[in-house]
Amino acid sequence: MQAIRETLNARRLLCPLPVIRTQDKVKQLNPGDQLEIICTDPGVMHDIPAWCRINGHQVLDTSSGNHEYIIIIEVGAK
Amino acid sequence: MSKQRKAVALISGGLDSMLAAKIVMEQGVHVEGINFFTGFCVEGHTHAIREKDNAKPNRNNALWVAEQLGIKLHIVDVIEEYKKVLINPKHGYGTHMNPCLDCKIFMVNKAKQWIEENDFDFIITGEVIGQRPMSQTKSKMPIVAKQSGADDLLLRPMCAKNLPATKPELEGWVDREKLHDITGRSRKPQIEMAKQFGIDDYSQPAGGCCFLTDKYYSAKLVDLWKAQGDKDYELDDIMLLKVGRHIRPKPNFKLIVAREEGEGRFLQGYKKDFISMHCSSHPGPLSLIDGELSAEDLFFAARVVARYAQGRDEDQVDITITQKDGSERTIQVKPFSKAEVLNEWHV
Repeated sequence: MQAIRETLNARRLLCPLPVIRTQDKVKQLNPGDQLEIICTDPGVMHDIPAWCRINGHQVLDTSSGNHEYIIIIEVGAK
Repeated sequence: MSKQRKAVALISGGLDSMLAAKIVMEQGVHVEGINFFTGFCVEGHTHAIREKDNAKPNRNNALWVAEQLGIKLHIVDVIEEYKKVLINPKHGYGTHMNPCLDCKIFMVNKAKQWIEENDFDFIITGEVIGQRPMSQTKSKMPIVAKQSGADDLLLRPMCAKNLPATKPELEGWVDREKLHDITGRSRKPQIEMAKQFGIDDYSQPAGGCCFLTDKYYSAKLVDLWKAQGDKDYELDDIMLLKVGRHIRPKPNFKLIVAREEGEGRFLQGYKKDFISMHCSSHPGPLSLIDGELSAEDLFFAARVVARYAQGRDEDQVDITITQKDGSERTIQVKPFSKAEVLNEWHV
């Protein structure tokens, strides 16, 4: 199966809502799929990587600029 | 070979729930965490909004605890369902707008549903008898177990020896002798236990983990309900109560005035939902206007906004009013003096 890459707009949401939305979105994806999460709460730079570590997903990249925080993750085995 | 038992632990991010999960994990039970987001959780919100708090650790303590314990954490959005708990709590409110007993019953009930859906065996909480006056007393603990529907599947490892044995103990899934008998508000036994487990970093929020226990937040919530004429709310309503100065000069409208740059940036996100104002002749904060305003009210509100701009001592400043559709007009007003902005306007 071809891995897909989706984007989640989590702007204006405060933690833990970006984590909850990420968690819900990941449930719909398959292992190997990638998800780009765009946020405005800087707390996601701690929380989403922490959520990935405890749930077996991988953070591929993080970046920030213009008060936005972008995290790209790869869905791990479920 | 006996079946591997599985428990879900309610993880708040504080020490007690962390220890309760750890105690049961030490007995070979598979533990996963669950955390409920009501919209009123203190976790990180004000840090995220306010610029001056950026130096503080900006972590979600429930996630952090789960990582320290090496367990999965399921964060559950209960914002909508929680409304009925807050709006009409069967057991009433605490000192402020905190419906602690109903809240605990609700969360344990949600955990009960979760273990049924996910084939887990029992529920763990970090409750300690006598720790909290409303929900954690010896007389209230059976109420939580019964009214949540969890009954004897609810294990409180921190104080289990002071309570009747639960199914996990009676069935031998956990050894009751290895559970604890902590009571009261002292934190010493927990701190000692943390030391024994090698846990030296943990969160101890002084004001609890819920905005509803906060006097000032509760006052803003009551004001919101009074102004709109019913006890309902949306997530944006309760988020905005955490931000800015709330000033209600007249019953039909209030102003939300940003206190610093981070709050101003956060309020920018609501410009399509509210009329907003800022001082355009001098530096000053963004303000949202909530309510139905006459032309006279808008002028009045502009004078309040002008009070918080750097031109507050001028005879006249420019206030730009932005409608929800983005159209703008600028008016000239004389800022209110300090004495004219009455203390009772501040919610």
